[in-house]
Amino acid sequence: MKKEKINEMNLCFPAKSRNEGFARQAVCAFLAQLDPTVEELADLRTALSEAVTNCVVHAYKDDGRGKIYISVSLYSDRTVRMTVKDKGCGMEEPEKCMEPLYTTDKSGERGGMGFAIMRCFSDDMKVKTAVGKGTTVTLCKKLSA
Amino acid sequence: MMQNADVKSSFCDGMLRLTVIGEIDHHSAASAREKMDAAIFLYRPKTTVLCLGELDFMDSSGLGLILGRYRKAMGVGSDFWLEDPTPSTHKILRLAGVDRMIQIKIGDKTKESQHEKREDQ
Repeated sequence: MKKEKINEMNLCFPAKSRNEGFARQAVCAFLAQLDPTVEELADLRTALSEAVTNCVVHAYKDDGRGKIYISVSLYSDRTVRMTVKDKGCGMEEPEKCMEPLYTTDKSGERGGMGFAIMRCFSDDMKVKTAVGKGTTVTLCKKLSA
Repeated sequence: MMQNADVKSSFCDGMLRLTVIGEIDHHSAASAREKMDAAIFLYRPKTTVLCLGELDFMDSSGLGLILGRYRKAMGVGSDFWLEDPTPSTHKILRLAGVDRMIQIKIGDKTKESQHEKREDQ
């Protein structure tokens, strides 16, 4: 059976930290139509939260003004594709940023686990970044039948 | 301002129990951190227990929050363990290796022994 897109949604909001919870709720509400298991939904929700937090904290340095663009597509084979995009600072050394435990946080309270969690909680993660232009993270996960 | 996480604390016989309720993300972690630290420094407990059974969601901000409180508790000479994480919280704790650093207890005794057996395998 050919994989077809059966539904999609787009969301755009300012990179304020209080919108992190909103983004999770909105995406989870949209995903409910595929009737995911509790674990699948928790995985996607956590991966999304990491991507959105990176936009707020890193891409836009907590300025609360830049925009975050989320798009979610659902496919006939029960694949979920989530794209989280920003037009922020981009990453100079993306490979380094994606290493577990790598963090730019000086206070020592953030552990550098964001990308590790995104990678582990999805089937496939792609990151496109350009310094001064922004970053796009694409997360795919195929739900059980 | 409305927060999506809250912290309840109770202190009895040298034991401080901190219960986190709601969702911990980068936004809500800051106020939860302040409340927990205030309680740790106020009571200077012999034992600090972080109860996670009512925590509906946490991401990597939760890991930072837990490890930070672990260090604060050790700093005042307190024992520290985690209690009753939900399956999704437990999964993140395992992924980050927190379960190898900090003891995780499951409230119900039978569950606890089953859990320990599983960890041994």
